[in-house]
Amino acid sequence: MQFEATEDRRMLADTLNRFLSTEYGMDVRNAAAYSAPYHAPEKWTQLCELGTLLALTSEEQGGFGGTGFDVTAVFEPLGRALCPEPALPALMAIRLLAAAGHDLEPAMSGTTTYAVAIGEMEVPYGLDGLSTTARPGGDGFRLTGRKSVVYGGHIADRVLVAAHREGSADDKPGVFAVNAKDITVSGYGLIDGGGAAELFLEDAPAELLLADGTAGLQDALDAGALALCAEAIGAMDVLFDMTLDYLKTRKQFGTPIGAFQALQHRMVDLKTEIEQARSITILAASRMGAPDQSRAVSMAKNLIGRTAQLVAEESIQLHGGIAMTWEYPGSHYAKRLVMIDHQFGDADYHLERVMAAHQVA
Amino acid sequence: MDLSYTAEETAFRGEVRAFLKARLPYEIAEKVRRHVELSKADMERWHAILNENGWLAASWPKAYGGAEWTAVQVHIFDEEAAMAYAPRIVPFGIHMLGPVLIKFGTEQQKAEILPRILSGADWWCQGYSEPGAGSDLASLKTRAVREGDHYIVNGQKTWTTLGQHANRIFCLVRTSTDGKPQQGISFLLVDLDTPGIEMRPIRLIEGGHEVNEVFFTDVQVPCSNLVGEENQGWTIAKYLLTHERTNIAGVGHSNQALEQLKALAKTQRRNGQRLIDNPLFAARLAQIEIDLEAMKITNLRMLADAQKNGAPGPESSILKIKGTVIRQAINDLARRALGPAAAPFPSEDLDPNLTIAPRDHTNTAADYFNNRKISIYGGSNEIQKNILSKTVLEL
Repeated sequence: MQFEATEDRRMLADTLNRFLSTEYGMDVRNAAAYSAPYHAPEKWTQLCELGTLLALTSEEQGGFGGTGFDVTAVFEPLGRALCPEPALPALMAIRLLAAAGHDLEPAMSGTTTYAVAIGEMEVPYGLDGLSTTARPGGDGFRLTGRKSVVYGGHIADRVLVAAHREGSADDKPGVFAVNAKDITVSGYGLIDGGGAAELFLEDAPAELLLADGTAGLQDALDAGALALCAEAIGAMDVLFDMTLDYLKTRKQFGTPIGAFQALQHRMVDLKTEIEQARSITILAASRMGAPDQSRAVSMAKNLIGRTAQLVAEESIQLHGGIAMTWEYPGSHYAKRLVMIDHQFGDADYHLERVMAAHQVA
Repeated sequence: MDLSYTAEETAFRGEVRAFLKARLPYEIAEKVRRHVELSKADMERWHAILNENGWLAASWPKAYGGAEWTAVQVHIFDEEAAMAYAPRIVPFGIHMLGPVLIKFGTEQQKAEILPRILSGADWWCQGYSEPGAGSDLASLKTRAVREGDHYIVNGQKTWTTLGQHANRIFCLVRTSTDGKPQQGISFLLVDLDTPGIEMRPIRLIEGGHEVNEVFFTDVQVPCSNLVGEENQGWTIAKYLLTHERTNIAGVGHSNQALEQLKALAKTQRRNGQRLIDNPLFAARLAQIEIDLEAMKITNLRMLADAQKNGAPGPESSILKIKGTVIRQAINDLARRALGPAAAPFPSEDLDPNLTIAPRDHTNTAADYFNNRKISIYGGSNEIQKNILSKTVLEL
């Protein structure tokens, strides 16, 4: 048994960490994250050149990674830098395109920017009850519906959409590709940085990728949730260190506030929970491709949801007023950590999935 | 044991309710309901309406233009006002400086300043915290050195709430470095248009501007602006802290926020069911409701004690701790209830015609982040626990 990352993955993570710490400091990050297009296109190109997307793609598909541990090796550094670049939609698109046996080159090279549109206003998490529909028309299909808070949707050239085929016997969602120019895209920034969009599809021409997209979509959601877990680990590590440093240097009552036992114990609690979160993320990464992939990912996303919020709230409280300011980097880490729970299922959603797995077992 | 209000108190509640119905401007209540930032004019307008009725300074003696309400009356008003989505009264003049001047001010200070607080001629802000003096307020370093009939003030204050609207500031300044730090502090009133003062905005976590830094460079302040005796500032600050503690639990506001959350949970649909029918969500909601019901009674128990003993005791720290934790739990659950729709950043880039979160909840995540402040300001919850362990438990 050994828990060290392989040499290749360590090198990849080191490369990304180095690039992000020199090229993507907090000023660059905030400038990119909070104004349109809510990322830095030239930095994204550079990140792709460093192999980010290849690492998310399996060897048989032309990449050099694609396993759970490749996903975490990429997203932990992105989390450490609070990077708002659209790696998450790229990861999910690559998995869906691969499942459909589609040409990956445009996605992997970054020449086509993809977004993945699954969630709707009344179905924010998961796949049950989606209302977007596809009907045969033209050369392929026509899609009608609205997709809500589509991460990266504001900059996508092409969108992979989950929709039900009208008149099909089953109620399984299919996966369709639409061009962004054929739909109405209403983009906006997010409170924790980065961008998303509302997508309005009105009889939009679409290409069918997967007739039964259930497994492919669930895999994309699992990979996305795993990526978010790794992102949270990276962000929590940085925020924890920042808080620890503050407790050692901030003096009140003539002593560093870290000398107070009440605060020491809270830091130890955070450390304990972060290590637990790291462990469940390792578990989930190891189960990618296994029959219990979804269950392991749900366990991880639940624990990450709980822990990330705890770390965010405690780090603000332990800092006092300073972490309430925009100027202090910690506030942006706290926002991202809380808002990760709003992507691809919150702690309660994933708790229910783990509970449901009990009933099946 | 009798949990009911007296007939007079119940009649008073009816009077307050009728007043709010008749006089609270709809546009202002709508902003409060939707957690939209109030303008200076909104706040001044509401103050003026209350003042016209003699209700602005609820606890001041009638002799100074106050309503001279009992603690229970103040509580009833706060509760009704919160349920009607009335703005909170800006506390710096009414709840803070006013009571201080009434207790420690000269006749001239009272005559000059109190009417201007009521009329809205002055907007006061608070200069207490400094970058190096937060929880340890007594270590403050802003110096006031006496030269003739003036103090020369140098230093920096921070977290000055709504200072951008203010024309005057009350400050704690160091006038002596002898003895314990608490013994060399004075309470000084400063006009913000005095040369040498600079106010800079601090942008908060969610992007809003409500607090400021204030820099003092060789600022000349007349000695007649000293409140109380020189080096008596700490006593005044502690007195003020007990006044800051009325309505410290914020029960009315939590109650109103919980009602909004329940309404939201009935309309939000999540994967085929109403959110309120989801057992996990419903359990979280019920737990908060239980905590809040208990808090309401804890609050009334302390209110009854304060009414009997003249001032809230150190137990009121319990209200600050639990009241803020409950409020934050409601903010947390409201944010969760929105799911991904909580994430859009309300800014000029966001198309106002685009409905993502329900119309009343577009600021819910921002509100959650902003309200992380309530367990930090006014004496952090850690400081409240120190107070309780020292004074109540005598540990």
